[in-house]
Amino acid sequence: MKFGIVTFPGSNCDYDAYHAVVDQLGEQAFYLWHKDTDLQGADVVILPGGFSYGDYLRCGAIARFSPIMEAVAAHAARGGPVLAICNGFQIACEAGLLPGALLRNASLKYVCEQRHLRVENVDSRFTSGYTAGQIVRIPIAHGEGRYVADGATLDRLEGDGRVVFRYVGAEGGSDERANPNGSLRDIAGILNDKRNVLGMMPHPERAVEPIVGSGDGLALFESIVGAVHA
Amino acid sequence: MPAYRIEIRVVPRRGILDPQGKAVADALHSLGFPEVTDVRVGRHVVVETRAASADEAQRRAAEMCERLLANPVTEDFEIEQVVEIAAVSAAAHG
Repeated sequence: MKFGIVTFPGSNCDYDAYHAVVDQLGEQAFYLWHKDTDLQGADVVILPGGFSYGDYLRCGAIARFSPIMEAVAAHAARGGPVLAICNGFQIACEAGLLPGALLRNASLKYVCEQRHLRVENVDSRFTSGYTAGQIVRIPIAHGEGRYVADGATLDRLEGDGRVVFRYVGAEGGSDERANPNGSLRDIAGILNDKRNVLGMMPHPERAVEPIVGSGDGLALFESIVGAVHA
Repeated sequence: MPAYRIEIRVVPRRGILDPQGKAVADALHSLGFPEVTDVRVGRHVVVETRAASADEAQRRAAEMCERLLANPVTEDFEIEQVVEIAAVSAAAHG
């Protein structure tokens, strides 16, 4: 299976994504330049973390108009999987691939640490490798990860089971301290309505081997491979 | 075609937590401005452009806001003024 990893000017997690896919998952990956106009046969697109275009204006606002994004949008419209991580999540929201927006953390602090997430729905091609309600440790590293959307959108996301990751404490409970950025309803990751685009602020690609503190992100990549091969 | 300077204000939507504004309000309180009841921090964008008329410049600026300069999910925008630049420099030079 071929993963296309988009490199925008300012992307800095494209290598981590490559490492996760090639070295840990044993699948193929290649980089797609932001000025490219086709996906070169990628089965899965990864929009990686970083600071595309310096995050000027708003995170993801300028990257969303990169030439490659038209191909990414077409791929998503065909039902092709897109994994949008951190800055990629911001870009996907700006591009309208996912609802809502990511704003400055409520604390105004950049937060870089391991966090606990609860897997809320395993009925997706990104989460089938987890067990329902599983608590995983995945790092976050962002200053603008506060997910917001209007109440109707949030209700729809919840009702459709499209909130797939939520910030929780180590024991799995929700409280203010468990939420690192003030995201509404502790949302850490959501799916689009066709469930083929996942946006999440935490970095599963940085948690694919125990030596870096957690291997809990690998199941997400394995889920994608399992879904496409199925 | 005349040149215009367009001043645009982009502010966080009402009801959306603005932690930056809150931090500034807290700082103002600390500095001896207890009368401050609320602060919201937005963005001021100045665009210089060419257009057939001020109305046309205004219309295009609204499109720029809707497509890029403001995020409709979280921000409101207001086009504060559209000034013909040549007229401004003529005035400046007396």
